[in-house]
Amino acid sequence: MSSTTNTTTVGTIGAPSRRNTELAMLVFAVLIPVFAYINVGLAKDHSVPAGVLGYALGLGLLAGVAHLVVRKWAPYADPLMLPIATLLNGMGLVFIWRLDQEPSLGSAMAPNQLMWSTFGVALFLAILIFLKDHRVLQRYTYISMVVALVLLIAPVFFPGVNGAKIWITIPGLGSLQPGEFAKIIIAVFFAGYLMVKRDALALASRRFMGLYLPRGRDLGPILVIWALSLMILVFETDLGTSLLFFGLFVVMLYVATERTSWIVFGLLLSAGGAVAVGTFESHVQTRVHNWLNPLELQGGGVTETAQAMYSFGSGGIFGSGLGQGYSRLILGIAPKSDYILATVGEEIGLAGLMGILLLYGLLIERGIRTALAARDPFGKLLAVGLSGAFALQVFVVAGGVTGLIPLTGMTMPFLAQGGSSVIANWALVGILLRISDTARRPAPAPAPSTDAEMTQVVRP
Amino acid sequence: MNKPLRRVAIFCGLLILALLVRVNWVQFVQADELKNDPHNRRVAIERYSTPRGNIIVDGKPVTGSTTTDSGDFKYKRTYKNGKMWAPVTGYASQAFDANQLEKLNDGILSGTDDKLFFSRTVDMLTGDKQKGGNVVTTLNAKAQKAAFEGLADKKGAVAAINPQTGAILALASTPSYDPSTFAGMSNKDSEAYNALQKKNNPDEPMLNRALRQTYPPGSTFKVVTAAAALENGLYDDVDAKTESPLPYTLPDTSGVELKNEGNIPCKDASLREALRWSCNTVFGKISADLGNKKMMDEAEKFGFNNPEIDTPVRASESIFPKDNRPQNAMAGIGQASNRATPLQMAMVASAVANDGKLMKPYMVEKLEAPNLNVVQQHTPQKMSQPLTPENAQKVQDIMKTVVQKGTGTRAQISGVEVGGKTGTAQHGENNKDNPYAWFISYAKTANGSPVAVAVVIEGSDTLRDDIAGGALAAPVAKSVMEAVLEGEK
Repeated sequence: MSSTTNTTTVGTIGAPSRRNTELAMLVFAVLIPVFAYINVGLAKDHSVPAGVLGYALGLGLLAGVAHLVVRKWAPYADPLMLPIATLLNGMGLVFIWRLDQEPSLGSAMAPNQLMWSTFGVALFLAILIFLKDHRVLQRYTYISMVVALVLLIAPVFFPGVNGAKIWITIPGLGSLQPGEFAKIIIAVFFAGYLMVKRDALALASRRFMGLYLPRGRDLGPILVIWALSLMILVFETDLGTSLLFFGLFVVMLYVATERTSWIVFGLLLSAGGAVAVGTFESHVQTRVHNWLNPLELQGGGVTETAQAMYSFGSGGIFGSGLGQGYSRLILGIAPKSDYILATVGEEIGLAGLMGILLLYGLLIERGIRTALAARDPFGKLLAVGLSGAFALQVFVVAGGVTGLIPLTGMTMPFLAQGGSSVIANWALVGILLRISDTARRPAPAPAPSTDAEMTQVVRP
Repeated sequence: MNKPLRRVAIFCGLLILALLVRVNWVQFVQADELKNDPHNRRVAIERYSTPRGNIIVDGKPVTGSTTTDSGDFKYKRTYKNGKMWAPVTGYASQAFDANQLEKLNDGILSGTDDKLFFSRTVDMLTGDKQKGGNVVTTLNAKAQKAAFEGLADKKGAVAAINPQTGAILALASTPSYDPSTFAGMSNKDSEAYNALQKKNNPDEPMLNRALRQTYPPGSTFKVVTAAAALENGLYDDVDAKTESPLPYTLPDTSGVELKNEGNIPCKDASLREALRWSCNTVFGKISADLGNKKMMDEAEKFGFNNPEIDTPVRASESIFPKDNRPQNAMAGIGQASNRATPLQMAMVASAVANDGKLMKPYMVEKLEAPNLNVVQQHTPQKMSQPLTPENAQKVQDIMKTVVQKGTGTRAQISGVEVGGKTGTAQHGENNKDNPYAWFISYAKTANGSPVAVAVVIEGSDTLRDDIAGGALAAPVAKSVMEAVLEGEK
């Protein structure tokens, strides 16, 4: 544990806090969704929507409070993350509200999403205010492991929704997607565990065919994680979450040990697992089949996969314009969550969709930059873990919806409808901001030395 | 730890890059394909979001639009006398996509075509709704009516062409269907559509027999064989005796005789007499004497073996096959594997009537913008020259004889020069099914020939000899020609 306090004195002394940059960016991040909201209203009803003032004030208030709290409690935090998260969340609300205007897609979900976003921002603020130093999390390494396991295993005991068991249903309160929270908690566990074990994993190895092979006993935990992700896949039929956890672990292991052999192991294990499960699980086979034949008719009808592809194709380069697309044709299970990207693609086109993807890319790279800047190994590992998990999730969801890889049941962070997702991702950004604040904060000035004072020239 | 961190950063960047490449692929490269996929409901929503433009015959629309309240779609297609015009218009259905002119000119009719860019931009600026343009056809309403009513309740098809331009004047197919019955998307429309499908209706009402069904052309093909004989110099004089033994044994066979229908004077008959009596032996031998290659060449000049005869609705490919000698001799009298669409046989008659010059058949005269500006105009195109003018006149001459005193007397029109040829094509194993009755003909006035026509009638129960073509098909051809001639005056 001693290494954690080993903060170097060579730091960004006098680094600007960048809070004003953040504020300027936030203004855009609030204005863009507000204009988008007006745009939808004009397209659908030829009038400015009645709720626009409330929406603008609400979003502005959330962003404003968040900014003030960051200014006070994390003044050196990264200036881009909060605006990007706000913009994505705001655009997500606009798209959900836009889909609420289609009667065929069921009841309105935007008000709830706004409520969940508020809770998410509240959790974000709580983290910034009460988590003074991210290293505190290190104390909870093994508790995190237990909590993560419980969260991951719990959905098995609840009924599945649409073929995937990823929900915990609490009667009267609604349902919870524990995988979203487990993502953060398991990153905390991995960071704590690997920080302690990294030397053993990296150094005690035998060389074989040019690769450093770990000892059997060190391999144990990895095999446990591998088995666990396969089990998630088998019992909860959740391709996305298992891929996310396994990928997360491999990335963090690689960063901790600096051994390329881990990547090779990770790829071999995940490929082997995927093939094994793919041969037995009909659910996974269906997904793969749909991926390879996106436009195939099933039972004489057009599949959701095909509808999503039609949405993207019909959007073209500039899109149909907000509120003027037909993504409501993607009926089925999740037009407002898993498939929301199809609406984005159709209504704001290739240009808009690339913008959204680049925002995600920017957020991820800012997270990894935070890892680079962090001065302690735990912070580095945690930051890269959280960013990596976020990147994998974005890739798996967006890749699935656009037909790059088979579709898995996960939600687009911030953009898609879903309470668990938006709360967990605000927490994730909160932790990243805390790490970046610690990393960029100037080192405290050296204690004044009495000797030094003596030598100073005192001017009259 | 910073080295692996940088690599992870690159890896995450690559993930995002892969997504960017993928969305470019889907939304740029594949966009048009996905956008216009018939299963993409947006196509239909767009198609029926405004009153659809019309398909016009003789200055009057044969289609229309009416408002509906069926969910996504505002308007529904209607048809005037749908059964008669279905082989021309095709259908446009909210539930079952569209075909033929409705499909091929969908962009113009629904107003989304790039050719209408200007009119669409004006609409956008003035706030008007997008409107559809019109498709003006070459069809002749009177001729179409004569053809459709002539076929009546028989199964068959008529194709009529203006030989001088290639403009299609009539295109009838029976039994037909009314595209109005399934233009919407209710259960009733669905039932109507299903009832018309081949599996539920063996008569295949939705088959466009004039363009998309091939039949053995039978004796009508002898016109092509006669043209081949003249063009290749086998015979020069249509009144000179030919070297035609009777009985005639098919080449390369051990005594398989090619028979004539009845006891007709075919021994060494001249081309004129052979065509007049429809001598199988004479034309079978001509085909055998010329050989498969020369016969194929001549047939191809008339449009056979061409899979891309687009009117713009694509006609099925008519086939003069590459075959062995006995089969080639049979193909020379329109049997064996010889197959032709009614349109193809009308093209044969039209090439002869137009002094040997075959014009490319077409049925869309022009496309109009909603404000009636012409956005595309068809100019007649020469397709080929199967006959020299001299030889064409010789063939006209002997085809006239067929109508004046041969098998085609029922097509005579007083005061007008008419040439024709009957045909009765055998059908089925050992000729057990009812034969196809054929008649091809043209009429000619002082200003050249205004019409060439081909009629085929399936399953003419009672008549099995060559009279069938003359008895059943010739009167239909006559009334179509008369309808066109009447309009000429």
